[in-house]
This record gives sequence, C-alpha cells and structure tokens, in this order.
Amino acid sequence: MATYSTNEFKGGLKVMLDGDPCTILENEFVKPGKGQAFNRVKLRNLMTGRVWERTFKSGESLEAADVLELEMEFLYSDGEMWYFMMTDGSFEQYPVEKKALGDTEKWLKEQVAYTVTLWNDNVINVTPPNFIELEVTETDPGVKGDTAQGGSKPATLSSGAVVRVPLFINEGEVLKIDTRSGEYVSRA
Amino acid sequence: MPTDWRPTASIETLRARARLLAEVRAFFAERDVLEVETPVLGHGGSTDLHLASLSCQATTPAGRERLWLQTSPEFHMKRLLAAGSGPIFQLAKSFRDGETGRRHNLEFTMLEWYRPGFALEALIEEAAALIHAVLGCHPGPLRPRRYRELFRESLGLDPFVAELAELRRLAGERGGLDMDDATRDDCLDLLMSLVIEPALGRGGLDVVVDYPASQAALARRHRDPEDGAWVASRFELYYQGLELANGYDELTDAAEQAERFAADNAVRRSAGLTEVDVDERLLAALEAGMPAGSGVALGLDRLIQLALGKASVAEVMAFATPHC
Repeated sequence: MATYSTNEFKGGLKVMLDGDPCTILENEFVKPGKGQAFNRVKLRNLMTGRVWERTFKSGESLEAADVLELEMEFLYSDGEMWYFMMTDGSFEQYPVEKKALGDTEKWLKEQVAYTVTLWNDNVINVTPPNFIELEVTETDPGVKGDTAQGGSKPATLSSGAVVRVPLFINEGEVLKIDTRSGEYVSRA
Repeated sequence: MPTDWRPTASIETLRARARLLAEVRAFFAERDVLEVETPVLGHGGSTDLHLASLSCQATTPAGRERLWLQTSPEFHMKRLLAAGSGPIFQLAKSFRDGETGRRHNLEFTMLEWYRPGFALEALIEEAAALIHAVLGCHPGPLRPRRYRELFRESLGLDPFVAELAELRRLAGERGGLDMDDATRDDCLDLLMSLVIEPALGRGGLDVVVDYPASQAALARRHRDPEDGAWVASRFELYYQGLELANGYDELTDAAEQAERFAADNAVRRSAGLTEVDVDERLLAALEAGMPAGSGVALGLDRLIQLALGKASVAEVMAFATPHC
C-alpha cells in the first residue's frame, strides 16, 4: 500500500488514521527557531465526518486510503438499501446502507447526481449537490400580499425534509433549497 | 505544458520588496556595517540535527568532491570576522531541505549580521531597530522573555527540572501524538511551537532569552543567576506569532566548537541521519582567533511578508519552491 510522508500532505489527500479513512483539510509546517519540525494537520474522518487536529513529526508517513469520489444518480430504495448508479454510462449500481447515507436521506430525489465516497469499494458517504429543487407536499395554505417583511412556516418536501419557507408558499410548488444549511433559497 | 509558470508574488509586491531591500542596505550603510558576499557552496555543512542540508557533486581543482549548500552564511562570515573584517552583513540565499509551508521555503533569503564587541543586549536593540525600519512602523515595546518563565506561565512547569515523563505526557497531550520515545528537547520544541509561540509578539516584540544549554547550537553558555543552571546565550525575536530572528553571543572557542560538531555527527550516526562534513576551515579560523561579539540571522522573507501584510512567504518571493 502506498504511503504519504508529511511533506506530501496537502488538502484533499486521502490517508488512513486510527483505522479510518480521512481527508486532509490543512497541513501546517511548524518549527521552532532551532529544533524538531512538526506538521500540524487537520483531517476530516470520512466515516464520522468529525474533524481531527493531529501533530506529526516531519518526515513521518501515513498509509494512503483507497478512497474514490464518484458521481452517481439516485435510483430507488427498497426500504433497506438505497441504490445509486454511475453517471459515466457504465450503469454500474451501488447499494448504500442507511448509516452511510446519514443526513443525505432527507435530500434524495431520483435522477439527481450525488457525490458518492467509496472506501475499499464500499460506500461510506453520500453528499448531496449544494442546491436541490424539491416539491412542497405539505404546508399551511399560502398567505397573499407583500411578503418582504418575512415570517415563515414549516413545509414538508417530497424528499421528507422539513424546511422553513416564506408564508406565501403553497403545496405543489417547487423550491430551491441549500442542502448545506437546509435553508429555503427561492422558488425554482 | 505547466500552467503555473507565473510568479508567486505579484509584480507590485516585487517592487515593494526591492524598496525594502534598499531600506536594509541603507540601515547598515548608515551604521558602517560592511555588506559582504560569501559562497553559497562550502566544503563543510551544518551538523545541526534539525537542519537537513542539501549537497551536490562538483568538479573543482581538487577533483570530484561533495560541496554543501549553506543553511545560513554563518561559517564563511565568521572566517571573515577572524580575518579582521569588522562588522559585516549579508543578504544570503540559504537552503534547508524539506522546509516548506506558509512560513517556510526550501530556498530563502537570510539577513545575517555580526557585531564584534557587541553584547547580546546591544544586538537585540539593533535588530529591533532594523525591524522597525523595514516594517515602516513602530512594532511596539521590546519585551525580554525568559524561556523558563514562558513555560512556567503557560504550562505551569519548569522546563529545566520537569521530569521527562511529565514532558512527554504533556507534549503528547497537546500535540495529539505519541511522544513516549521523544527526547527532552523534542518535547520542549513541540510545546514551544504549539503552545507558546503562537501567543508571542502580539502588540510588541518578544525576545526569548536563556534557552536550555542543550539548544545552544553555536552560542556560548552562561549560568542562570536563579539557580546556576547552564543556559544558552542566545535570543529569538518574535513578532505577530512569527519567529523572525535568532541571535547568538558567538562561540569563539575552537575546541568546544569542534566537540559540538563531533557530538552532532555522533547523534546523526545513531539516528541514521546523513553525517555532514565538518567545516575545518571554520575551526582553523576560530583557532586563529575570532573577536568576541554577537551575530544574528533574520528571515528576511518573513519580515517582508509582515511589512506587506501577506499571508505566506511564497507571496513575497518571485517563485516559491514548488514553482521553481
């Protein structure tokens, strides 16, 4: 298995740490005036999403993680597994467990492309696009008139997510949502 | 074809850099300090355990031989001092293998100067004045900080007497790594870099003095008046969390210098590091007699970075190493 030394560390590199695949976010070389050099490294654990801050002696190395990020469309769910298909024309399908899906479950829509992270050929994470368009399936009836003053109400979307929307929104409308914050952006 | 052929500094920044270099030269001209140029390549290299020297094979009148790229211009400049040069300064390209980051570049510009007859305190004052001149504004008060005191204040322990096990535990905990086999100095270095350094030089220039004797490098040693512990007669100057300069009350004793080189190489051997050829001509110069005095090395790229408000040294260099 390939290894990477601290001086090859850079943002985006995938390495193994404590048995989990991680992606390097930042790598800072630190060295006192005369003395041992260290690398201060920020990594995201791809299994848990947590950010770790670790220090390594310069020159130490970590094993490379066999991690791939692929673009796949959501197909369907049979209630136990969620199925995604490669968008590269190979039609290759991957089953995804609920655990790997995490919060993305509430942003699923057929034929939308997601970033699927594979580690040793198993899906460990699914990231939705930053913006997604979803239909309102349930909300209180819309309030007419000027809405610039704000005010909001909950609305349930076709994917199951519940978001705060302006008072003028009606059932059946399609909305643009920012999946990172879970906030309403505009009517689609 | 590579797409990253462009400079890492803007042309405007390079103009500002040229103005600051002129400022440095004016500063020393006014003080009658002679500008010198010495070779980048030498027969001896730095034996310092924490500096990785680059070397190359060259054909010289002596045949095919190994020459070392300097990690600082110290050895050649000390030979000039021994030959009676008087006060000298140099803007010297220096090389340290593997050092790359926001505040490091493998090849960088060292501003180094020597003041025969100067005590460390006088050189600290002069270094502060130089920093003021290059920054173009007053950096605030000059505050001497004792190495021991800094550790006591931020970590609640005396770095000279604390148990090694305690230092390893603390360093491991603060750094999030296994320090169980680390040496005393490695633990202190880590705590200095991670805990103490980032807070130094805020609202003024912090001058760290009285380093552990084991970290003396090419400096003399003296007794700490507090309890007679040996400390290194050197200082480091910090501004805005950045280490800018490293100064020594220079070791002039040839025999002790030879011993320190040999001791470094012995540790290098046992640690599996490359042994570095010792600069015999430097030892001969010290033997002939180098005037007592102080010298300081200042990372000019960092100072220019601060003066111009840039985020990394790469932004004030025409072509930082990955782009050279």
